[in-house]
Amino acid sequence: MQFFDPHIHMASRTTDDLQAMALAGCVVVGEPAFWAGFDRSGLDSFRDYFRQLTEWEPKRAANYGIRHYCWLGMNAKEAENRAMSCQVLALLPEFLDRPNVLGVGEIGLNKCTRNEVATLAELIKLALDRGEQMLFHTPHLEEKYRGTRMILDLLHADSRTDRSRVCIDHCEEQTVRVVLDEGYWAGVTLYPTTKATPERAVDFIERFGPERIMVNSSADWGPSDPMAVPKFIFQMRRRGHNDEEIRRVVYENPLEFFNQSRNFQ
Amino acid sequence: MPHTVTAAQVLDREFLTIRCKLLEVAAALDRIERGQGSAASDPRMEKIRATLAVLGKDGGQRAEQLQLIFSLPYEPAWRA
Repeated sequence: MQFFDPHIHMASRTTDDLQAMALAGCVVVGEPAFWAGFDRSGLDSFRDYFRQLTEWEPKRAANYGIRHYCWLGMNAKEAENRAMSCQVLALLPEFLDRPNVLGVGEIGLNKCTRNEVATLAELIKLALDRGEQMLFHTPHLEEKYRGTRMILDLLHADSRTDRSRVCIDHCEEQTVRVVLDEGYWAGVTLYPTTKATPERAVDFIERFGPERIMVNSSADWGPSDPMAVPKFIFQMRRRGHNDEEIRRVVYENPLEFFNQSRNFQ
Repeated sequence: MPHTVTAAQVLDREFLTIRCKLLEVAAALDRIERGQGSAASDPRMEKIRATLAVLGKDGGQRAEQLQLIFSLPYEPAWRA
């Protein structure tokens, strides 16, 4: 079955992963800009990273028949550095019109500090001023619930927010209901230990229905699995869902969400 | 959930997985107790005890309840 992986960090993965994903049916990936595992030393590191996501990774994916799109922004971890964040905010317009950019992301909160909130508010304003779609990172573990609620509060504060063009990602049991109830897209990340598993993601589909839910691997440089979406497909089949229902979640939903970006073809 | 699936069928499918994961939890708690000293007053142990109590109750949404036990509280007036 053809599928999207709407959130994966291919810059941290090998070409062997691209080949395995292609063989499993992956046709489109979405790659949000994120933390490198260490804090970058200066603006040029961000410039080179944005070039990597807009110039090099699309070519690498195309070699395996996979179309590569990306999201650009200041990640939640380094958003704590206000001086660097201001520089990245000024840099973003230079890249946001590049042909594979879907919008501003992944942006959000990490420890829910004042600095992170200040940076995030500026990123949301930039996105709304430009009419960009947004992809949100929600915090890890014990911070997830309050961080997700704080992100929703920030979005609700601006009447220009079009909830149908916003994905709140890394949803789990404590957040998926409020995200869907408020009219946003819910991203569900399938991880080996933290976040959700394929089995629990199928629970979300069975409890809330398939509308506005996308599943992703968010595979990166840490414990993660670029084959997580095929494993979700397997779990859906194992639990008696037919191909039409599965395709809705892994192909039609991300297609509908991505299709709202002016750069998606 | 597909309407044709019965609770008994779900139990058949999930029983060994549940058994395995409960045993892993039990063995990990035993391992903590065998360690030198005590972790009984660690706030994380309090959270573990609270989640085990949820597992013993009837009613749905146990996973959501566990997630909230492991979550920091949200203050709606956080911006004030």
